[in-house]
Amino acid sequence: MTWQRSRIRLDDDNRAFWTGGREGRLLIHRCNDCHGFIHPPREVCRHCQSENVAPHVVSGAGRIDTYTVNHQKWAPDMEVPFVIARVALDDAPGVYLTTNIVGCPVDAVDIDDRVRVVFEEQDGIWYPLFEKVD
Amino acid sequence: MAGEAFISGVGMSEVGVRLTRSPLGLTMDAIREAVADAGLTLAQIDGVSTYPGKMPSFLGFSPIGVDEVIEACGLKTRWHTGAAEATAQLGAIADAAAAVKAGLARHVICFRTVYEAAALARPEAFPPLERRRDVTGNSQWVSPFGAFSAACWTAQFATRHMKRYGMTREQLAQIALNDHRNAALNPRAIVKQPLSLDTYMAARMISTPFCLYDCDRFTDASTVVIVSAGEALDEVTSTPVRIAATAGSVERYSWDQAEWASAYPTGRDLWRNTDYTVDDVDLVQFYDGFAFQPITWLEGLGFCEVGEGHRFIEGGTRIALDGELPMNTGGGQLGWGRLHGFGFAYEAVIQLRGQGGARQVQGDPQVAVATSGGGPMAAALLLARD
Repeated sequence: MTWQRSRIRLDDDNRAFWTGGREGRLLIHRCNDCHGFIHPPREVCRHCQSENVAPHVVSGAGRIDTYTVNHQKWAPDMEVPFVIARVALDDAPGVYLTTNIVGCPVDAVDIDDRVRVVFEEQDGIWYPLFEKVD
Repeated sequence: MAGEAFISGVGMSEVGVRLTRSPLGLTMDAIREAVADAGLTLAQIDGVSTYPGKMPSFLGFSPIGVDEVIEACGLKTRWHTGAAEATAQLGAIADAAAAVKAGLARHVICFRTVYEAAALARPEAFPPLERRRDVTGNSQWVSPFGAFSAACWTAQFATRHMKRYGMTREQLAQIALNDHRNAALNPRAIVKQPLSLDTYMAARMISTPFCLYDCDRFTDASTVVIVSAGEALDEVTSTPVRIAATAGSVERYSWDQAEWASAYPTGRDLWRNTDYTVDDVDLVQFYDGFAFQPITWLEGLGFCEVGEGHRFIEGGTRIALDGELPMNTGGGQLGWGRLHGFGFAYEAVIQLRGQGGARQVQGDPQVAVATSGGGPMAAALLLARD
């Protein structure tokens, strides 16, 4: 896809997530006390209310929880159809990323397919997309 | 009837697409009709409740708030609220019911005004949003991936229902077909003609499995419900409908983390809050911004087992006006228009009073459920003429 993705306004909570791809890292907030994951990233752990939270490198491996094939051009430069998916991350239990599945035909995607992260950079934001793993 | 809450009046503006009457004008039309319907005057109104409150940054999504209504009507309120962080649209009516039960107000105007079609058509008055720059909050987790619309978000859970439980497009189609059939009998609905299964199956896709007919479309309208305290019913001349129970829930305000399953806990809670049971319900008005949501409401409220909602509506006869559980008798949002939740409460009251005209459910219905949301947020009202 070559269309212009939404440009994020970076802040202290979300900067690690949206820029970690520069080093090829998918960063998800984690609590250093209870080790629970906090997504969307916030400064308080939603599991134990600790404020000792920080971005944590995860593997970027996951599975497709569910998906849709989008056919509507929500923006003029959008190339359709494409897959919007909800990916469950292997090593961040309870966290789901809405993303695109790239690198395969739209009809090759199914629930429970194994995927891994690939980053697409636009204007200083590294968007985590996913591709199928055989 | 002391300590109880009732719907004493309902009103609605013209419903259309790209109306030229102003949002406040439409709101006043609906208020005047509802107040007259209840047999009240504005001087007797002492409360206002709306969802989500004024949101100028979202074009015509919610152009009118509590402020404009209090000013325009010259009200002296004792209680009012307009909250986007409520459970869901009908949460504004549930909150009003709680307020009158607590003695905080006697007669509350509850309203929802939508102006999305007109706003889109008049960019000079409603400058288009730049949706792709400086994105913050929840939309940052979905919009970069082209998931701008709730159609895409909701579609993912419809996909899962298909894969997990075997729902087909032909089964899903019954929501839109039923809505169109009923809307054609409703003079206020946008849709004027029934829809055939062939036309539905041939329609262009929006986001699988949703085609064009599975998604509501921008509408301009205002809907008003007046909630009155049982203690104040002697001032009312209409047939009051009791708010027998309310329930609501939010799964996660971070919608991208939700399982789109809030109809299930809300459905269970509704029956905990009443002596009525699911067997007492004569008709239902289920939120259908997207055709999948009524299926989760059927399951969540216990009209069928989880994973059986699509089989419940198969063929459409069970949910038709003359079926065992008439659904969305005024056309729902797919047929009547995107009234954004309040249309379901309005229509439930019309049916329980026997005022449905050509679309009236026969057999003197007395108990109805009206819902809103059903994805990450949900609200439900149990309404009874008892």
